[in-house]
Amino acid sequence: MDLKLKALKKSLWVYHVSSGSCNNCDIEILDLLTPRFDVERFGIILAGSPRHADVLLCTGIVNKKCVERVKEVYEQTPKPCVVVAVGACACSGGIFRDGYQMAGPLDKIIPVHVYIPGCPPKPEAIIAGIVKFLKELK
Amino acid sequence: MNIIYTFGYFIISFFALSIIGLFVSWIDRKITARIQWRVGPPWYQNFADIIKLSGKEILISEGSNKFIFVFAPILAVVSSSVCGTILFLVLKNSFGFGGDLILFVYLLTLPSLSIILGGSASGNVLASVGISRELKLLLSYELPFICGIIIPALKANSTTSLIEILKHQQMAGSNILSISGIIGFVIILISSTGKLGLVPFDLSEAETEIAGGALIEYSGILLGFYKLAKSILLFVVPAFVVILYFGGTQINNFGGFLFFVLKYLIVLILITLIRNTNPRLRIDQALKFFWGWLTLIGILGILITLMGF
Repeated sequence: MDLKLKALKKSLWVYHVSSGSCNNCDIEILDLLTPRFDVERFGIILAGSPRHADVLLCTGIVNKKCVERVKEVYEQTPKPCVVVAVGACACSGGIFRDGYQMAGPLDKIIPVHVYIPGCPPKPEAIIAGIVKFLKELK
Repeated sequence: MNIIYTFGYFIISFFALSIIGLFVSWIDRKITARIQWRVGPPWYQNFADIIKLSGKEILISEGSNKFIFVFAPILAVVSSSVCGTILFLVLKNSFGFGGDLILFVYLLTLPSLSIILGGSASGNVLASVGISRELKLLLSYELPFICGIIIPALKANSTTSLIEILKHQQMAGSNILSISGIIGFVIILISSTGKLGLVPFDLSEAETEIAGGALIEYSGILLGFYKLAKSILLFVVPAFVVILYFGGTQINNFGGFLFFVLKYLIVLILITLIRNTNPRLRIDQALKFFWGWLTLIGILGILITLMGF
């Protein structure tokens, strides 16, 4: 395994993309970044700009207004980057799958690497999902 | 031949400074974590950040001035490590000329100027907000910073050489042990927090309001260069304060080296505590603080020094 991948796994900078979510998953993500869970232990910190980010935490069904924005944020993120779909809406559409605004789910728009279901997923579930992915990553 | 020797010395001290700087910024992060009742990152965290950034894609936006955009981060790293090289030479007591104090003050403004250059070349709106704040901050903290430098220079019989200041303190005791020394130390400590861009004065890259400020468009190793320059400055500026106010440092023998590390850690921990116990100021508050109270106290300190206390 080469050094750069090893370093990437040890220092994930997170950018939070909210594309038409009901705000519940966003609250859980903010909880995840508090000192209670202390994800800085693993080198995970919140970045202010997608240019600095390695991980896109995407929440919500991608509604029709958000399609262009989500694509643009994905293109602005320097590769290699990881896209994580957080919550039932981002994974499959959830209870909004028949809504008139539905343009997603997320994996129709951009490639998704990790799915974390739950409505909303607990911070522990998000940590568990990312840890499982990092173990698989080669 | 001489030029090759100097260049080689610069390269060696650049690598030494990078390792020291990245390690020192880990100490800063770890103390911050302990204050917030967390565990904090492992010791190799900053090394992992830089290695990761070197493996990422570099994105250069369409509306930017490409040459300055790439050139500015390199300028930041080079200028901060030149500062560190001079400091190493002074600490080894092997180099110094009349006026190297003034040269040092000029070189220390270059990293801030390169952030301004890079931010303005990127052509982003939020970056322009960031650079306007950085420019105002640069103007405001320079005045008390220079007050804090004049006091030890006056104490060592009006010299402008760092070696002379060190020698004076070896004979007459550390500068901090006098009234004017304490005043000067407080001033230079607070204004160096502004110089390092740490929290009470980090408004140029406020992540929560202007999303990274001047550095918003940077990615990959160019962002890594800025992070590296900041880490090196986190070693250089407190070490400079140690030379000015604690004095008596010789890193040639083991005991002197240990004392230097101890003095440096005291200054670093003070800066980290200031960073962790204060909220971010607005730019007008920062300007009033630096040009108002701090400069007044600085001028008072200079007067006390001239009276001989």
